[in-house]
Amino acid sequence: MTYELRYKPYGERSILIEWPAVIDKNILSDIIRFKEKIQNSNIKHLVEIKNAYNSLLVVYDFYFVDFENEIKTLQELYNQITPDTKSILKQWKIPVCYDTLFAIDLEEMAFEKGLSKTSIITLHSQTVYTVYFIGFLPGFMYLGGLNEKLYTPRKATPRLKIEKGAVAIGGEQTGVYPSESPGGWNIIGNSPITFFNPKNDPPCFVNAGDTIVFEPISLKKYKDIKTLVDAGVYQLESEVVDG
Amino acid sequence: MVKVLKAGLYTTIQDLGRYGYQEYGVPYSGVMDAYSASMANILLGNNENTAVMEITMSGPTLEFNCHTSICISGADLSPKLNKTPIKINNPIPVKSGDIVSFGKHISGFRCYLAVTGGFKTEKMMNSHSMYQGITKQPLLFKNQELIIDATLKDFDKKHAAIKINTSHFKTKELEVFKGPEFDKLSKAQQDLLFSQHFTIAKENNRMAYQLLEPLENSLEAIITSLVLPGTIQLTPSGKLIILMRDCQTTGGYPRVLQLKGASINILSQKFTGDSIRLTLKE
Repeated sequence: MTYELRYKPYGERSILIEWPAVIDKNILSDIIRFKEKIQNSNIKHLVEIKNAYNSLLVVYDFYFVDFENEIKTLQELYNQITPDTKSILKQWKIPVCYDTLFAIDLEEMAFEKGLSKTSIITLHSQTVYTVYFIGFLPGFMYLGGLNEKLYTPRKATPRLKIEKGAVAIGGEQTGVYPSESPGGWNIIGNSPITFFNPKNDPPCFVNAGDTIVFEPISLKKYKDIKTLVDAGVYQLESEVVDG
Repeated sequence: MVKVLKAGLYTTIQDLGRYGYQEYGVPYSGVMDAYSASMANILLGNNENTAVMEITMSGPTLEFNCHTSICISGADLSPKLNKTPIKINNPIPVKSGDIVSFGKHISGFRCYLAVTGGFKTEKMMNSHSMYQGITKQPLLFKNQELIIDATLKDFDKKHAAIKINTSHFKTKELEVFKGPEFDKLSKAQQDLLFSQHFTIAKENNRMAYQLLEPLENSLEAIITSLVLPGTIQLTPSGKLIILMRDCQTTGGYPRVLQLKGASINILSQKFTGDSIRLTLKE
């Protein structure tokens, strides 16, 4: 399906394309389809294209500005019927250790919600999350799909330091801190996986549109995986799913 | 090689930035004032994207261990070569053993030191620009050794007549375009943005500049969307935040205005207490 899109110039050399302001998997698929069309087109002077929940930003070369014309080109491209090429989307299995060593807010969350720690872990790890985009920090995935029972307000006072790999819940979202950072989310576990490595090209294994599942692991397994990750030999499991 | 004897307040190596990695959450980074940095490079005959040293307010002390040429542009921080004052916007030959230092702050906020051929610090994701978590070091540190090309070639004097646009440092006017959420503001709010003077708050750095005067606001946060350096965000409490080169790739506050590229350069030379005005470009 196609949507009513809005095109807006954004500064001197970018065009913002907006979809209806809702968080929706179908919109994400349409955004990614359009993004790939632009990437595969012969539009010149492109610097980069990035997306968020309901928008796409097309950034052009410094010295190239003819908005009207560019917007027309983009509109034609969007409406062009192309063979239904399904993008290759992957589902990643992300190991997470929910041990109390890492899960510093799990006890309190369980108490507040009147749920057992085990049922929180089960609810968190039985969902297939959609990666909408990466932002906030290099390698930080914006995930959709958190079970409503796990919605938890952010901490009133953010922590100055959250460990790399911390798996956390903030409001209606869940995510993994790819690097040490200040933050106000509730921490329920830690993943030994490296989500961002500036030495790799691309620096992230995950792409917008992919899905992930969290796989609970023991502290022993966490340490084993961590050793392999640090040695640069850990192979993360993934499977190709229909795009 | 250049040895850092004293690092200064906030000194980094920057080029024009890291492009093509925004979709992985990687900021652009790069020189804050691209006008002044390019000036220093061009005067030395370097390419504009050559890595330069960005110096903030209080400068470093550097010892050169080879022959080369340098050019200092941007803020005037009273640069000296072996304790003798040197001119800014002027290519200057240095020899092995020479010491470059800085003194009293005269004008501007960020100063650029270019060397012939540029600083050969590590290149990560096609850029030398220092950024926490991307390059090994986010800042220059004491006793750091920076690799440069030794050159005995005399610098190209024909560039020496380039005239610096002094209004770049003096003007209070920042030119802006409407941002994606500009039309959600009331007419009164829109008028206020362009009629009053704003003061740079003490919260100003490579990521963002906050403005002191709040704008009465009833706009809610938006679904996290895309931002760029130069985006002016309006927080629910009415704070205006101007994003700068090290800003995040996404944000959840309404984006009311977008600075022109040249105005980002101008703002980079302002600091706490300076006054600015916003002018709308249609």
